[in-house]
Amino acid sequence: MKPPPRAPASAAKLLSRPLTECVACVREGAALPSDLVSAAFDRADDIGAGSESLNVFLATDRERATEHAKGLTALIGRAEAPGNLAGVPVAVKDNIATLDMPTTCGSRILEGYVSPFEATVVRRLRANGAVIIGKTNMDEFAMGSSTENSAYGPTRNPVDIRRVPGGSSGGSAAAVAAGIVRLALGSETGGSVRQPASFCGIVGVKPTYGRVSRYGLVAFGSSLDQVGVLARTVEDAALGLEVIAGCDQFDSTSADVPVPRYELEKNAGLKGLVIGKPREYFPERLDPRIAQECERALDAYRELGAEVREVSLPHTAYSIPVYYIVAPAEASSNLARFDGVRYGLRVPSERGLAGMYEATRARGFGPEVTRRILLGTYVLSAGYYDAYYKKAQSVRALIAQDFRDVFASGVDVLFTPTTPTPAFELGAVKDPYEMYVSDIFTASANLAGVPAMSIPIGDARGLPVGGQIIAPHFAEPVMFRAAFGLERALAGELLPGEKSA
Amino acid sequence: MSAAASPDYEMVVGLEVHVQLKTRTKAFCGCSADFGAPPNTNVCPVCLALPGALPVLNQHAVELALRAALALDCKVNATSVFARKNYFYPDLPKGYQISQYDRPLAEKGWLTIGELDDGTPVRVGITRVHMEEDAGKSVHDRYAGATAIDLNRAGVPLIEIVSEPDMRSAAEAGAYLRLLKQILSYSGVSDVSMEEGSLRVDANVSARIRGATQLGTKTEVKNMNSFSAVERALDSEFARQVALLESGGTVTQQTMLWDGAKGETRASRTKEESHDYRYFPEPDLPPLVLDMEWVGRVGRAIPELPDARRKRMIGEYELSAADAELLTASAGMSEYFEAVARASLDPKAALNWVMGEVSAAVNAAGVRIDEFPVRPADLGELLRMVREDVVSHTAAKRVFARMVETGKPAAQVAAEEGLQKVGDDAALVEWIDEVLRENPAEAARYKSGETKLQGVLVGLVMKKSKGRADPRKVNQLLSERARV
Amino acid sequence: MAVTGQDVLKVAKLASLAVDEGKLDALARELNSILGHMEELGKVNTERILPAEGLSSGGQRLRADHGPADALAHAPADFAPEMRDGFFIVPRLATHEGSSERTP
Ligand SMILES: [Mg+2]
Ligand SMILES: [Zn+2]
Repeated sequence: MKPPPRAPASAAKLLSRPLTECVACVREGAALPSDLVSAAFDRADDIGAGSESLNVFLATDRERATEHAKGLTALIGRAEAPGNLAGVPVAVKDNIATLDMPTTCGSRILEGYVSPFEATVVRRLRANGAVIIGKTNMDEFAMGSSTENSAYGPTRNPVDIRRVPGGSSGGSAAAVAAGIVRLALGSETGGSVRQPASFCGIVGVKPTYGRVSRYGLVAFGSSLDQVGVLARTVEDAALGLEVIAGCDQFDSTSADVPVPRYELEKNAGLKGLVIGKPREYFPERLDPRIAQECERALDAYRELGAEVREVSLPHTAYSIPVYYIVAPAEASSNLARFDGVRYGLRVPSERGLAGMYEATRARGFGPEVTRRILLGTYVLSAGYYDAYYKKAQSVRALIAQDFRDVFASGVDVLFTPTTPTPAFELGAVKDPYEMYVSDIFTASANLAGVPAMSIPIGDARGLPVGGQIIAPHFAEPVMFRAAFGLERALAGELLPGEKSA
Repeated sequence: MSAAASPDYEMVVGLEVHVQLKTRTKAFCGCSADFGAPPNTNVCPVCLALPGALPVLNQHAVELALRAALALDCKVNATSVFARKNYFYPDLPKGYQISQYDRPLAEKGWLTIGELDDGTPVRVGITRVHMEEDAGKSVHDRYAGATAIDLNRAGVPLIEIVSEPDMRSAAEAGAYLRLLKQILSYSGVSDVSMEEGSLRVDANVSARIRGATQLGTKTEVKNMNSFSAVERALDSEFARQVALLESGGTVTQQTMLWDGAKGETRASRTKEESHDYRYFPEPDLPPLVLDMEWVGRVGRAIPELPDARRKRMIGEYELSAADAELLTASAGMSEYFEAVARASLDPKAALNWVMGEVSAAVNAAGVRIDEFPVRPADLGELLRMVREDVVSHTAAKRVFARMVETGKPAAQVAAEEGLQKVGDDAALVEWIDEVLRENPAEAARYKSGETKLQGVLVGLVMKKSKGRADPRKVNQLLSERARV
Repeated sequence: MAVTGQDVLKVAKLASLAVDEGKLDALARELNSILGHMEELGKVNTERILPAEGLSSGGQRLRADHGPADALAHAPADFAPEMRDGFFIVPRLATHEGSSERTP
């Protein structure tokens, strides 16, 4: 038996190359999946991904991942289709069910819980040759914007370890930003992929609601939740989304809409594209350095031949109040299943079953989750439903209508800042509502169900700044087109015919 | 207080009936909906409410729910919405029940439960028919101090049929339930068995002074396990309320449990004030938008309902109204009868057999007619054999008994058991001679002309032949022997 | 619509969450502060607006009435806090405190 060519030295370097190159090398036998997996684990060790420093992962399984990688090598040897992510190490947020590592959602209530089924997105990753190397840290049940709400300690931002990576998909963002993986799955309810992507200087995509199956994603706010991807480049993100997107028989809210090849937008060019600049997203009090980076990005768009048009989404100011009614309401119901009966933590009580429920949930849930369950229960309870929940859902309809109107007016995509501030220091934001405001530019896309992504557009005092592109329902292709163009322009790499900035 | 001084109270009843739909799989997952499996074996991520699992609605459940709604003349809503009913209970794995709330599947139907002396139909309004899922089963008496939970039935599809408070007596409630059960059974919606729990009844009952237009405070009566228990519970609860009102008290709105052994209702211990279900639209399920053309097809495909069947059978088989009423009491029985009537080409005989032997055997075996081992075609064959004189009527009953035991076809049983009619002279003569030998006194009197003994002797021959002898021929041969 | 400590207690009961008596007022203050921001919504006229009911408007995709269900890679006994004879076991419900164990 002839050993395949080995290139362990180049594997680490390969992980700094685009995914298409990694996959091509694996397919051609120039690199082994197990080398890529080793490189990812080595990088994690070198950079200090462990709980004492970055605290990126809640679980890793090097042995299983290596075994899986070796299985892939056998497939490639037999010339079977190894998939679009052949051998690519991927990190998965810990609220996405996997068979071979626990799925805890960053919560004590699910400590050690190993799911007996796997999320559709994970099945799709595996079917495409990806290797799951670990489960990433997160705000408990995805409730938070800093990953400080994890029961297992906060994740730190690889760009500046005194700062938060954002959240709730902070672990996944940090894994990508630290160069451990080129692709990670996160999840969004109000900005939990885009905001950490922005804080960590990477790309984060929240697809259209229904674009990606939620089966196996532990629910937070079911009408808002979507699995998203975090990657170093727009192209990597496009490849990742393409793999996980599509209709799923196990999710009634997944849409039966064909999945386009997003990476084909790479060379489409932006001539004639109309980019809306919603004035509500550029308030006077916006951090001037963020405003400045956004203006630079908009200038780049103009240079590329796109038209920038000022527009208005008049109900934007209400997105945070609406979000913090709808999401906790749904969460209060979604989290009722954590009752100590069938799985997870059980705390016995002298007060029988009711006591067991109360003790289990009081000990199992952290303070932010408790706060939101109380809030959500309150807004749904008799006498308050109309004033809060129903009112919020009505305003939500108006927010969605704003987007429909602006896109119907001839605007192709919107461009906004992703966050009102760059990454803040651990412990700096103490008031819950102040933390909620981190989602001010992101939550409305979840409320309206439209796709949105964040890409790095510059920095403020050495901290990454993200720009957000928002597109109409299922118009991810044009969103990627706008992202490819901006990424290229900001890197000074122009297509033939594109003007230089 | 004397009865004369007491005002005359009237009972007001509305019923909420939960019916399990006859699907193969559960409402929101592919698990089997069958009963009887070992605990927690018909379960999956969805019905265990594992983190990350999501519901996907069963189309056949919708179809059956629509059949019920249309059979009850309800208006079907083109768009209906599932909601979450939130409460904690260990056999409710998600912590909420998926049900329909303010936008149900169907509304505003009715059921005619009889007619007044002047021929005016008595109608009970159907407020709504909505879809929901069942909970699991809690077993309280198996382990000391513990409740055991089996989630096999968690997620089984149900419909809830809510009536208007249109019934005025326990008897009317009973009539409503019996008719409802018939309709649901005929339309193939459900097995409708209270014993197996596929039909459950909660009753809202109140009392008011006759002639009053305002409703009194109602109580909800639960825990009845048969229609007659419902009737007894209603009478008992009504009497309790009237006694309370007559003594100057007021009725408290609460849940009452029927205690069949004691024959009385008692207040349930569940706390009413803790019920705040926090209903909101189920975000995991988009609104159920029905293709109304499909709804139309579902309606047209509803099997014949009891009323129509009675009328048709009276005409087609020349049945009396009473026989038709009896036969159509169950869809299965009337279908069985029709199949036998067609196979035997003898509706009269089919009627006698189905109402007689078949009903008795089905009851004795305690099975449903569709589980009965003698298939209608086989019984039809047996009746044809009787008519064609292949077996005697007496032998036919023995053949039938063997068919019930073995499930074999009639001809095979008759052959195996040697129960075909014996018309062969030699065999008959042998039996006759034996009878004459064994009864010398009667033989002598008969031969000396006492012809009234002929019947006795024929009977003895029939008995000796175990019913196989052709009695016509026995008569003829016996007369010939006497003349010898 | 100020939330009181008693309201918090009531809501915590509905949510089956044990809350320290001593923390009720602090929690009430927190909820009031958050809900205070929600009062903004009162400014929006929603009289003729149909509330959003999920975002998939095309109606529900239905499933054929056959299995198999998604499989469990390991049995409930592997993750359940307490099981006996295939049953999940919980403390007996208060409403059935009186029931005695069935004698075989
Ligand atoms: Mg119900
Ligand atoms: Zn199931």
